Amino acid sequence: MQTVIFRTAAPYLASLMVLFSVFVLLRGHNEPGGGFIGGLIAASAFAIYGIACGVAPVRRAMYFHPMAIAGFGLFLSAAAGLLSLAMGVPFLTGLWTKVYLPGVTIDLSSVMFFDFGVYFVVVGAITSIALALEEREED
Amino acid sequence: MAAETSVPVDTSAAFVLGVTSLIDWAVIAPVALPILGGALLLMVRHRTRLHAAVAFAVLAATFAACLVLLWRVMGEGTQVMTMGRWLPPYGITFQADMLGAAFATTATFATTAAAVFALRDINATGRRYGFYPFLLLMIAGVNGAFLTGDIFNLYVWFEVFVISSFGLLILGSERRQIDGAVKYAVLNLIATTVFLITTGYLYGVFGTLNMADIARKADGLRESGPLMTIATLYLLAFGMKAAAFPLNFWLPASYHTPRIVTSAMFGGLLTKVGVYALLRTFTTLFPVERAVLSDVIAVVAVLTMVLGVLGALAQTDIRRTIGFVVISGIGTMLAGLAIGSPLALSGTVLYAIHSILIMTALYLLAGLMREAGGSFSLHELGGLYRSHPLLAAMMLALMLAAAGLPPLSGLWPKVMLVKAAIEGQAWWLTGAILLSSVLTTIVLGRVFALSFWRPQQALATPADTRPIDPIAGYGTVLVLLVPAVWIGLWPEPFLRIAETAAAGLADPGSYIGSVFSAQGGS
Repeated sequence: MQTVIFRTAAPYLASLMVLFSVFVLLRGHNEPGGGFIGGLIAASAFAIYGIACGVAPVRRAMYFHPMAIAGFGLFLSAAAGLLSLAMGVPFLTGLWTKVYLPGVTIDLSSVMFFDFGVYFVVVGAITSIALALEEREED
Repeated sequence: MAAETSVPVDTSAAFVLGVTSLIDWAVIAPVALPILGGALLLMVRHRTRLHAAVAFAVLAATFAACLVLLWRVMGEGTQVMTMGRWLPPYGITFQADMLGAAFATTATFATTAAAVFALRDINATGRRYGFYPFLLLMIAGVNGAFLTGDIFNLYVWFEVFVISSFGLLILGSERRQIDGAVKYAVLNLIATTVFLITTGYLYGVFGTLNMADIARKADGLRESGPLMTIATLYLLAFGMKAAAFPLNFWLPASYHTPRIVTSAMFGGLLTKVGVYALLRTFTTLFPVERAVLSDVIAVVAVLTMVLGVLGALAQTDIRRTIGFVVISGIGTMLAGLAIGSPLALSGTVLYAIHSILIMTALYLLAGLMREAGGSFSLHELGGLYRSHPLLAAMMLALMLAAAGLPPLSGLWPKVMLVKAAIEGQAWWLTGAILLSSVLTTIVLGRVFALSFWRPQQALATPADTRPIDPIAGYGTVLVLLVPAVWIGLWPEPFLRIAETAAAGLADPGSYIGSVFSAQGGS
């Protein structure tokens, strides 16, 4: 897929999709969306970038190995469950808090970190499968 | 579907929220710790030097958590924690009764020994491939299956350890490994699909997935609901997982292909999860259906026992021989389920504990024989008695244990099963258990005679032998033999565990009560 149009458009398209995936991830807190679907969108962004420009630039752009990202996500999700240890409630109980900064109020919750973890697991796992398949095509 | 319940419970008690103290976390720690450790190792996948140390530390912590859990279950009865304060029957409940806690402890112990053995068996390439993360995620799945109190969650944990086991199975990407893995994967996926479909069916009938809630509602639905169909489908799915006779051909086709330490964990742990699931569904959930199906289970048990060990007689590869011995042991455990009396069930529980230890040790010993003699083939091995007397002693001990001869752990569970079979007037079951024991003695005696007593063989290819490591080699098998000798010589503590577990299975009331009235920490 080495057409000029696709190769020129792909980086912009991919960066837009990653941005959109973060939007979907955060939107999932109260509305349709969330970590899984957001992760899929981000993974398709990396896949498109890989199809257009080859696998090596994607790996360079991601910096961390996709499997390491998936491992980080799993760790984050499990650690979000462990927060309840300090609060004397069962594993994975949702905990909410508000952080007041000048001008804004940020709602934080352990559920959100769990969802971030899901996002990273999906991004890491699907991207590493996609990149492996794209690499196989080249040789 | 509204169901009348046979066990009246006060569901409002479940809505009283207590404080969860640190020690209540012992229920979830055997699953949460290996997941955290596995995720951590996945993040530092290329720092292979760290892997073994981190994995061993995590497994040791998991084993400690299992011991705390076992101690709590012994003292206070079934431990319960419901995730995220979504109260039962809606939330996912983790529920450790004596059966689950004892199995989880034994499985973690065997895995820890295998992780030490892997120090020598798995090289840097295997570690970079992800051996230790897979190992930790597999034990998380196995422990999760033993400890969960929700039947859909049981399915999820089955998937977790099956997917991890795929990774372990193809570690090295050799042609015959892929071949074995394809057979293993396809047949296991069929079994889990049947499991999933049945669970969907069960949810349609019961409207609940919590096992205690299902057990409570089963009596009210027995007249109107197709419980017999559900129970039969579960027998099919879990029988396939446990490698029971007509559906066991995936095991000998795949268990000899991976690294020996992987075979050891598969042979020790994975089939026992199937046996655990059978025990759980057929005693806690569907006791009446078990009684109806007991003849079917008995026939399957006899065929698995006898044909398994006959298959072992025909093999020349030690790993394949042990694979068939594993199958034969599954038949012995199913015999206890077929009889169904408390004595028979405690025999099955004790046999499963014994089998986790002994089958892991047998595979590891086969690995040591390969290191010492340069081959897995009975045609090529020989003269090990003279060159490695300690290895010969360990093989003799394992042979006695697997065959059910004193003074090791195989004796007592078989005595209990035979006694229960005689009490239940099941003469042919008694005969089959004894016959399979005799044949197991012959099978392993043949291995012993050929590889240890026979003079050394002239090898066609020069043997790549290497000295056996005292800790990662002999040490791991000896550590696994310690509880086996303990069960053989002083079985009282283990008998008490097995009897408590069997009593809990025979009386689902305590299992139900632990979720719905005594809300331990949720």
